[in-house]
Amino acid sequence: MSNDANMHGHAGVITHHEVHYDEHHVHHHKETFITKYVFSQDHKTIGKQFLITGIIWAIIGGLFSVLFRLQLGFPEQTFPILETFFGKWAKGGVIQPEFYYALVTIHGTVLVFFVLTAGLSGTFANLLIPLQIGARDMASPFLNMLSYWFFFIASVIMFSSLFVHTGPASGGWTSYPPLSALHQAGQGSKIGMDLWLVSMAMFIVSSLLGGLNYIATILNMRTKGMSMTRMPLTMWAILFTAILGVLSFPVLLSGAILLLFDRNLGTSFYLSDIYVAGQILPNEGGSAILFQHLFWFFGHPEVYIILLPAMGMVSEILSVNSRKPIFGYMAMVGSLFAICILAFLVWAHHMFVTGLNPFLGAFFVLLTLLIAVPSAIKVFNWLTTLWRGNIRFTPATLFAIGFVSLFISGGLTGLFLGNSTIDIHLHDTKFVVAHFHIVMGVASMFGMFAGIYQWFPKMFGRFLNHTLGYIHFWVTMVGAYLIFWPMHYEGLAGVPRRYLDLRDWHSFNKFDDLNKMITVVSIIVFAVQLMFVFNFFYSIFKGRKVRTQNPWGSNTLEWTTPINPGHGNWPGEIPEVHRWAYDYAKDGREFIPQAEPVGANESKDH
Amino acid sequence: MEAVSMQQRKKIHPHKFTLWIAIGSIIMMFAGLTSAYIVKSGQPNWQDVKTPQVFWYSTATILLSSLTIQMALRSFKQREMNRYRQLMAVTMILGAVFIVLQWNGFMQLWNSGIQFKGVAGAGQFLYVIFGLHALHVLGGAIALIVMLIKAFFGQTKTYASTGIEVMATYWHFVDILWIYLFVFFIWIK
Repeated sequence: MSNDANMHGHAGVITHHEVHYDEHHVHHHKETFITKYVFSQDHKTIGKQFLITGIIWAIIGGLFSVLFRLQLGFPEQTFPILETFFGKWAKGGVIQPEFYYALVTIHGTVLVFFVLTAGLSGTFANLLIPLQIGARDMASPFLNMLSYWFFFIASVIMFSSLFVHTGPASGGWTSYPPLSALHQAGQGSKIGMDLWLVSMAMFIVSSLLGGLNYIATILNMRTKGMSMTRMPLTMWAILFTAILGVLSFPVLLSGAILLLFDRNLGTSFYLSDIYVAGQILPNEGGSAILFQHLFWFFGHPEVYIILLPAMGMVSEILSVNSRKPIFGYMAMVGSLFAICILAFLVWAHHMFVTGLNPFLGAFFVLLTLLIAVPSAIKVFNWLTTLWRGNIRFTPATLFAIGFVSLFISGGLTGLFLGNSTIDIHLHDTKFVVAHFHIVMGVASMFGMFAGIYQWFPKMFGRFLNHTLGYIHFWVTMVGAYLIFWPMHYEGLAGVPRRYLDLRDWHSFNKFDDLNKMITVVSIIVFAVQLMFVFNFFYSIFKGRKVRTQNPWGSNTLEWTTPINPGHGNWPGEIPEVHRWAYDYAKDGREFIPQAEPVGANESKDH
Repeated sequence: MEAVSMQQRKKIHPHKFTLWIAIGSIIMMFAGLTSAYIVKSGQPNWQDVKTPQVFWYSTATILLSSLTIQMALRSFKQREMNRYRQLMAVTMILGAVFIVLQWNGFMQLWNSGIQFKGVAGAGQFLYVIFGLHALHVLGGAIALIVMLIKAFFGQTKTYASTGIEVMATYWHFVDILWIYLFVFFIWIK
């Protein structure tokens, strides 16, 4: 059914809100360019700042992956143009080992933290929380502004580390000691590593300030009638994401502080019995595994910090666009909660081959495999939401369905890796790379794209170009599978990750053509992402204008605000909520917004 | 469902609530550090440390400061602004004394040969953990100074007690955190 028809069907609801607009104070202070667009305390502007910074980082991180894919796909070839751009890092047009490791490290760091943590939850938590729970702004707009600017400082420091003489950090995004703890361990362990640590410390502060605000706002600032169980699932997902962040980032911080002491003050928290660069170090009694424990106690929740907001948005988008209530709302909330708890109890599955006691490992296997239960519940509910729905295949819907597909394929390989015995074979192979890129990386990117296509009209008052959106979806979807599916086979055959040149390993020669194919596809997929970036910026200024207040026929409160809401969101009173967010296809009506009072003869089924 | 939704709202001031979550977050950081300590203490080459006497005095100081800030809060609520200012100043001074005493303890340890370089042990953890705690006290003391300046020179006379309540809660928290850390270092060998 077309959107226009929806709008006419419920004209009464809309005028009901319009009445409020002129009767109340206008919530605008005098705003200069600086307070409106730069040091803004408006949650919507802060959300856009997070998004655009995230997009810039995604381009850098994506470009880096193309560069190291060139090396993996065409190790025998030279690319003189690389020397033009990168000088000594690509001497003779060949990517040097130090450069390769720097690329991989920064690719991982940037995409995990700056794009999929800050860019994803930073954007949509800020944009959606006050709009969907019915609040004028966050609990503390000032802390919220600080949250962005700490992220900005972290970004500047990380970006500057790309240009230092010895190059950026190169010890992998996990920065395990001793590689990361000893300056003499390599080029990338010098000033680049220090900048990495300082940047991450700033980033942690940013995440904590943001997370505090998200939780306080969701729990305390809901409008009248918005009980917890009436909240859209996006809000539940962001709430659990913020709780995970607030409880896990401090542990990373404590690990990083100990690392800083080891690096610069000569302590031995992580260091013991080391002979490096012709020199015996005095450090004794330290344990490198201790860092892994601290890191992964944070690192595993981080995976869900990335994934949960995508899950929440996908739930909302699938329900809205299949014109059906979400299937199993409470089960969705319960499974989010279960994932949130389990996220803290499985960290050692990243450490099966570190000499972990196998008896202890068995418990971590069990707890890890338990995550399959809430995950399966969620997948079942998404599919049943789509089942016999009146689906509108907008780009947002397609990306949401793509998310479900990727989450299934990537989740199933998690069962292999979660078993400690199979992990002995698969650990540190391309299988791991394939698994986490599909289930966490690409899936969450899909969730983010879905969110951008869905809420772009709310952000900028214009639509993204849908034709470009469809091209974006299909190329990315097919490309993602073409890139990562073959890596499973490589991993099963034993191809290790983190190696820049496999030519001497004759048994892997059979994968040469496959590697070339993966590289070519990743270049195409990267080009299509640039097309999306073009679409994004072009549409901000030239996109098709949003004419109606509620273009998707959605129930949630953000669509009761004006098309271009000012600071304070609602010009009049904040609407009161009378029902949950998923009254679609009820009593013969296509949708009933949350702000509409319950009718006298309304059925009680939902 | 209707009744629940009405009652849930605005029970607690958002700033206070934010503080409680921040406290949870800080607890996680120290939980990370103290569990790292436990893991390491079970490994070979672990060197124990005798905590200097002076930390007992700092414990007394911070306990006393908890008392004074509670009394300050009480005076504020009773509108006795003079006594409030005095008690806040006393609290701030006690906080400063605490930090000086901690520094003193660190110096004693350092001079007794427990330093950063070389063999791992409880001493290195003590510097990091107590040092981070002292930073949290320092942050509180700076906030106290800001509040004091407002109390003495501020133009606006506000009787909303949220700010001072948040301050007092935080101050009690760093106090209890200190007791935990101190007992931890005495007990876990």
